[in-house]
Amino acid sequence: MDDDAEIVAEFLVESHENLDQLDRDLVELEAHPGSRELLSSIFRTIHTIKGTSGFLAFGRLESLTHVGETLLSRLRDGEQAMTGPVTEALLRMVDTTRALLDVIERTGRDQDPSVDVAPVVAEIESLLAGEEQPAAVPVGHAVPVGHAAAADPGLLAAGLPAADPEPTAPVPATGTELDELDELSEELALELTPEVSAEQGPGTAPEDHPIALEEAPTLLPSSLKGLLAPADEDPVEGAAEPGERRTVVEASVRVDVDLLDNLVQLVGELVLTRNQILQRTEGGDDIELVRASQRLDLVASELQESVMKTRMQPIGQVWSKMPRVVRDLAHQLGREVELAMEGHDTELDRSLLEALKGPLTHLVRNSMDHGIEPPWERVAAGKPAKGTLLLRAYHESGQVVVEITDDGKGIDPDKIAAVAVQRGVVTAEQLARMDNRDILGLIFRPGFSTAEQVSNISGRGVGMDVVRTNIERIGGSVDVTSEVGRGTTTRVRIPLTLAIIPALVVGEGTERYAIPQANLVELVRLEGADLERNVERLAGAPALRLRGKLLPLVSLAEALGTDKIDDDALTVVVLQSDDLRFGLCVSEVHDTQEIVVKPIGRQLKNLTMYAGATIMGDGRVALIIDVPGMAHAQGVTASQTESAESHTDGDGGNTTALLVMEVAGGRRAALPLAAVARLEEFAAERIERSGSAEVAQYRDGILPLVRLASVIGLPDTGARTDHVSVVVHEFGEGEEQQAIGIIIDRVLDVVDATVIHSEVGSRIGVTGSAVVQDHVTELVDIEAVVARSGVGA
Amino acid sequence: MSTQTATQYCTFWVDDLYFGVNVDEVQEVLLQQPMTPVPRASGAVRGLINLRGQIVTALDLRFRLGLPPRAEVDGEAGGAMNVIVRSRGEVVSLLVDDIGDVIDTGDHGGPGLVPAPSTMPLAVQQVVSGVRQLSDSILLVLDADRAVDEASKPSGENA
Repeated sequence: MDDDAEIVAEFLVESHENLDQLDRDLVELEAHPGSRELLSSIFRTIHTIKGTSGFLAFGRLESLTHVGETLLSRLRDGEQAMTGPVTEALLRMVDTTRALLDVIERTGRDQDPSVDVAPVVAEIESLLAGEEQPAAVPVGHAVPVGHAAAADPGLLAAGLPAADPEPTAPVPATGTELDELDELSEELALELTPEVSAEQGPGTAPEDHPIALEEAPTLLPSSLKGLLAPADEDPVEGAAEPGERRTVVEASVRVDVDLLDNLVQLVGELVLTRNQILQRTEGGDDIELVRASQRLDLVASELQESVMKTRMQPIGQVWSKMPRVVRDLAHQLGREVELAMEGHDTELDRSLLEALKGPLTHLVRNSMDHGIEPPWERVAAGKPAKGTLLLRAYHESGQVVVEITDDGKGIDPDKIAAVAVQRGVVTAEQLARMDNRDILGLIFRPGFSTAEQVSNISGRGVGMDVVRTNIERIGGSVDVTSEVGRGTTTRVRIPLTLAIIPALVVGEGTERYAIPQANLVELVRLEGADLERNVERLAGAPALRLRGKLLPLVSLAEALGTDKIDDDALTVVVLQSDDLRFGLCVSEVHDTQEIVVKPIGRQLKNLTMYAGATIMGDGRVALIIDVPGMAHAQGVTASQTESAESHTDGDGGNTTALLVMEVAGGRRAALPLAAVARLEEFAAERIERSGSAEVAQYRDGILPLVRLASVIGLPDTGARTDHVSVVVHEFGEGEEQQAIGIIIDRVLDVVDATVIHSEVGSRIGVTGSAVVQDHVTELVDIEAVVARSGVGA
Repeated sequence: MSTQTATQYCTFWVDDLYFGVNVDEVQEVLLQQPMTPVPRASGAVRGLINLRGQIVTALDLRFRLGLPPRAEVDGEAGGAMNVIVRSRGEVVSLLVDDIGDVIDTGDHGGPGLVPAPSTMPLAVQQVVSGVRQLSDSILLVLDADRAVDEASKPSGENA
């Protein structure tokens, strides 16, 4: 019996995979009804299932596939034309076959009464008899779309065999990876079970179904590639390109996922043991032992890397079933939809992939049901009758981003708001404080649904909140942006949990922290004079002047609440996350290394500045900095960055960098940034008098001070506080260099502005005024200020 | 096996309190481990330890019970033992002062689990599911889930 069970299991896995390919072929076939190649491929698949089911005594499955095969053979031989009803019947046949396979998987037999094959058989038989069958089969007999989708194992999107939803199902690993693994394990004399050995791999699959594997490449010419291109961007890896697929199948082998997980665990242990051995042998006398341990080090690292790679799978595996889902929904809902997919080879850890399946399918359905309008409505709105649904996946900032974009009617915030209040999701009062983005976010609240009519596809009000819950469970986030009449984009972000990422390891205090390299822009080290010249405190907030831009600085030590070691040098890690850019000051930079991101306990989930943790070579744990979280926690906001961005913009244009200051209780004045050497803050008592002039002791010298307000003819109000802000201006060259301090109320900002000079307000000390940041700002005549100080005259 | 009939407890001390936790909830007991502190975390979180490749949060029961911290030795919480428990699908380490034996309360007779005396400090009451009288001592039966949950609440000074 056990042998039988094994054969049945093999048959099920094989058949599920074939059926997924079949789905694509059938949808494709509808677009190209004449394609003999596609028909042959479909015919072969059904034929294979039929043959094996006869052999395994699955009578109902056999009778079902038998009529299907007959119909297909007639289609292939041109004896019957491909019509709408025929396609419907074939798809229904495929769905019923799938349902039967599920039953077999559950019960070991195909006699379960919940799946009724008779109506489908009858339908096909009547088609064979030449009758048209105007939807004679009640919907109840067809397998519901939802079921088909849920029961689907992954399809062959990127040319790799897919994993089943069940965790015990096999996961494909490419032959090369396994070869590599094999070598490595041999070297380590590690006992791997025979299933992973590469030799056995290619042999297993073809044995059972030699026809499908051997004849396909010749029967399916590469011209198909062109036909299939729209559904699958990358023709080299094109999933639907059967010729390619076969070769990949031959180069890969099925491995049980449990086995893989076990391998990952074992490798983890091995790495730790290696580390201990390395520590013991370090500095030892036994050269041979040292050499052997170094070799062990290398091999263990490579083994670890390879094992982790086997867990990565392209997202295309989840997407591959989308063409079918979209096609069915389009028919059901009366929509015309073109599906486009980008970035299907973006790799994700397989556990995340599994978790993503449900939410993605739901979002696609939502877009079709609520987003894309019926053709007549689209035409009336001046849009092409055919809507577009775009799936896009890419890596960004160390995360995987999946976008679902439709060009439908968009989401109207007013409508959402009204419904939310009506359903008691929020109160009108709460609503008043929300911006449009927050309002769109309401669709993720439990108990919310705006479908005017509840359809059986979506709109029961249990959808989006479940999507969000599921995505958040794997540490991801989901947000939605929409433009009324133009379309909606739902963006799902998934963290790197479990993935391997390159990271920069920095030291702070006694601990090390890893920063994802994806966020890293550059490293800057400042010493001595550079440090003084380039780091400014703007109203208390440190900023680095870097190639004409101002970069907000965050101290890692301060962020972590540890003691800051005052140093005469500063190491700045310049980080970028979305549109935020800031500098993180760290004590030490160690090196870059590949780290395995591990989740941290829920006790630490509220600390957004950590993305997880990893284990360093010595077995110690190091925290991984979450760059957006860190920026948020430290108050680096987009607006601060925008001002830095405007510097970027200003580089090429005819703009001037200006220091904008407040003087005389609210008046704005600006100095060219080039005239500013430093910004200082003095305690009021440091201001002394020398004759009638005010001075301060500054850097082993005397700094003459000038009150800007009085120079430009405004009442002086700055002296009433304990501290005064001073702009230090330097002039002259070398030995002759002199400095003055200009007392102002406070520094407001540094901006790059295109100064449109106006003579308005021109007087002594003021060259005129300009509009800076929507405010009239007086432009200070630095020469007049210097003259007033009496220095250098 | 319900709490009432559970007879085996893994015992440990925190200060002079004698605790027991159902052996079914305990994965293992470890000596002091190298620990990575987590800045800005709640005071109960002493750090992260590497448990054979899995990262485990170490929570200090002393903090939870409102007791003064252990004497520091070389910057690490001196001599803390790890009782690794499973709580709500996660593995968490509870830091305790000393480990006792695994005891079988069946051997001691006496009544089963009784509510903790209301005179005990609230912080202690919150984490125990009751007490068991043994022949020579009284065992505070720790509710691992509650100990972990309470310990993860951000404390006022560190939040």
